[in-house]
Amino acid sequence: MRGFLLSRLAQSVVLLLIVSIIGFAILNIMPGGPMAQYGLDPGMTQHDLARLKAQLGLDRPLWIQYLDWAWRLLRGDWGHSFRDGSPVLAVIGEHFFATLLLMGSSTAIAIAIGTWIGIRGATHRYSLFDYLATIGAMVALSVPTFWFGLVGIYVFSLRLGWLPVGNMYTIGDGSVLNYLHHLILPSIVLSLVHVAVWSRYMRTATLDAISQEFVKTARAKGLSERRILMKHVVGNALLPMITLAGMQLPSILTGALVTETVFTWPGMGRLFLDSLGYSDYPVVMGLLMFTAILVILGNLIADIAVALVDPRVRLA
Amino acid sequence: MTERSNTNYSRRDALRLMAIGGAAGLVAPNLIGKPAFAKASPPAKPTGRVVVGLSQEPTVFNPLMAHIEVDDAVHFSVFDALFRMDPKGVIQPNLAVEVPSQKNGGISEDGLNWRVRLHDNVHWHDGEPFTAEDVKYTLELIVNPKFRAWRTGGHSLVRDIKVVSPTEITWRMEKAFAPYLSFLTETFIVPKHILEKAADPNTAAFNQAPIGTGAFKWSERVAGDHLELTANSEYFGEGPYIAGLIFKYIPDMTVLYTQFKSGAVDLVDQSYITPDHYAEASKLPGRVVEVVPGSAVESIYLNLGRPQFKELAVRQALYAAMDRKSIIDTIRYGVGTITETFMPPQSYYYNPDLPKQKFNLDRARQILDEAGWVPGSDGIRAKGGVRLSFANSTTSGDNLREQTQQFLQQTFSEIGVEMTISNLPPAVMWGDFWQKSQFDTAMVASTYLISADPDVSNRFATSSIVAQGGHGSNNAQYSNSEVDSLLVEGALTFDPEKRQAIYYRIQELIRHDLPFLPLFASTIVLGHKSGLEGFVPNMNTRTASWKASAWYWAS
Repeated sequence: MRGFLLSRLAQSVVLLLIVSIIGFAILNIMPGGPMAQYGLDPGMTQHDLARLKAQLGLDRPLWIQYLDWAWRLLRGDWGHSFRDGSPVLAVIGEHFFATLLLMGSSTAIAIAIGTWIGIRGATHRYSLFDYLATIGAMVALSVPTFWFGLVGIYVFSLRLGWLPVGNMYTIGDGSVLNYLHHLILPSIVLSLVHVAVWSRYMRTATLDAISQEFVKTARAKGLSERRILMKHVVGNALLPMITLAGMQLPSILTGALVTETVFTWPGMGRLFLDSLGYSDYPVVMGLLMFTAILVILGNLIADIAVALVDPRVRLA
Repeated sequence: MTERSNTNYSRRDALRLMAIGGAAGLVAPNLIGKPAFAKASPPAKPTGRVVVGLSQEPTVFNPLMAHIEVDDAVHFSVFDALFRMDPKGVIQPNLAVEVPSQKNGGISEDGLNWRVRLHDNVHWHDGEPFTAEDVKYTLELIVNPKFRAWRTGGHSLVRDIKVVSPTEITWRMEKAFAPYLSFLTETFIVPKHILEKAADPNTAAFNQAPIGTGAFKWSERVAGDHLELTANSEYFGEGPYIAGLIFKYIPDMTVLYTQFKSGAVDLVDQSYITPDHYAEASKLPGRVVEVVPGSAVESIYLNLGRPQFKELAVRQALYAAMDRKSIIDTIRYGVGTITETFMPPQSYYYNPDLPKQKFNLDRARQILDEAGWVPGSDGIRAKGGVRLSFANSTTSGDNLREQTQQFLQQTFSEIGVEMTISNLPPAVMWGDFWQKSQFDTAMVASTYLISADPDVSNRFATSSIVAQGGHGSNNAQYSNSEVDSLLVEGALTFDPEKRQAIYYRIQELIRHDLPFLPLFASTIVLGHKSGLEGFVPNMNTRTASWKASAWYWAS
């Protein structure tokens, strides 16, 4: 276990280094830059723009800018946002809760419903339910999420008036109920895709488990179908889902780009889009590293979890 | 210009009308049908709150630091400047008791020595008194080379700032510069006693929790979502009448409109209601939607450095081939006003007597024929090895602009001119590509005036061509020696009437030379809930929230 962790750690450091270099290069190759936002301001002269660039250190050679950034990061300094001057970690922290709330609830919905649909689809293969679930999953995967979002807002907010038109809460009302009320529509919309993905994987995994020898043995022993399903099939079918969950962890924590925009949700996805739009290099790089770390952690946790649950797997 | 009948009446005007006899109110009914004399009066103490929707997020709260338009909404509410630009383009005193001029002796005859007298009894939000020391500190901080200041134009000419008394300050200008008075309307005064204690004013805690003298105090900010201001009941000026002012960030224009429609947002500030929603918005019950002239001019902006555009005949022919009325009426839902100049129609310096463009394809062809631009085998005209072909670029994803481009592409092709469309994301479009004149032509809504002053040296002076080593934003690479000398004269002249004559002539010359082909003067669709009184748009500022202190809810 210790050897496994050490080698994973070494791999991770190399990976983060590569990601940071590529990310930094792409950001800086992209034409435009942080001064573009002042391009239409008639009062910002080239004197002013050159001065600002120098003050932000953007007039230095790229490799020096990179080394400076990386050295600071190693010492725990993630830099400051060009836009509001706040430390990058604080900026990420301010948006993290919103994303965690939205993605956490939509993922919880997706796992519960997706698992159920997957198992039922597998045990009732080629039934009407199975066909409907398959078609539904295909539709959910093919139609862009923001479209569901807009339709949802139109129907439930504007027409019926049951749910808010977006936002995380009503300003001035921070009650739990108010949060929940605002959470319903975006979390359901976001979970649609996840339900689709989750149910398809679960269906396949369950079918796979059902055809195993130990299921036949269990049947031969005379166990009830229900007991076979709960004790032998589902447990085994869930194993690959742990890996899937690990892989989904980063996307859960880094937010949904478009859905957050449609629902005016102040999460990480919006932060990423805005930071990219204003070429806020420190925040974009911070988000990139944050995401990379989550990807690595997600996979690591999934590997360890599988090893703990599945006695056939040993970490070495 | 304004489609709402009572827009130009401030609350004070309305009260004055009432005092005269109330009859005038009957002839100026407002949109919701109540006669103006029935208007509510502001509450005795700040009541209620207003949620203002913005499609970009304000993030810079130190008003002296480099910022963009959307941040102005906060600066105008939390801070005061020495002066303020009113909706008619007239400079009014704010922290100053009067506007200095050569007539009242505030500015010396040679324009070099300035004296500003300040209001007594103004306090910062933390209770400390505001004095001339704060003004001195502000003007010095802007030109501090370590400080990440916004525009430094004008400020860099200020010398020998002297605090004569807590309510009087003087300085000398390196050279006479009339636009500086306007620049000071967007120069908000910051508290010396707080910022001088900060180790680095760029990262001071103040920048995220500003303290001003304005009508509203900083309350809290939820990053990415909204920020909240509360009434400053000690405010020295008019108001405030509302207890809370909330700026809500709604990143998508359609969603911004939807939240206005549903009532989650009380007032739509930047980037306003999009033209495609205008017709629907104007029919919404309980909403006041009005169309007001903006400060920008949408144009086909030419890069005169390109060989295709060197000849005036080409520019004239292209202009004659633009069916502007159809573009406004059929593509832009009727939102936009035909113009011939860069000067906004509401400006005192707007020249109404410029020659009117006429859409005439035959005339366009004739101009090109006479100038010797002959169609080649591919149907595209050429002369001396130069094909009349160019790219047009704008911000990608703007569907009204894309339709306009396709429309123009079509009409230009009918006179033997090829226009290709090459759009870019905003961060690319307005970077070096724009600033260093790397485009052929751009479709752009340009604001030419700085703080509503008519001086356009930065846009039209030869010395402002960056691609030729200059330092302004003359991205068209326009050069005309008469315009150059008039611009110098205009910046040295303080008398508004004399300046008007100078800028009239500049507009004539630029209308003749056509460095850009005007499409329309930008027109903005503003919307707010009916019952919100005291709201007056002011397109001489960059925000609809320039005077939230006067807003109140009719009870």
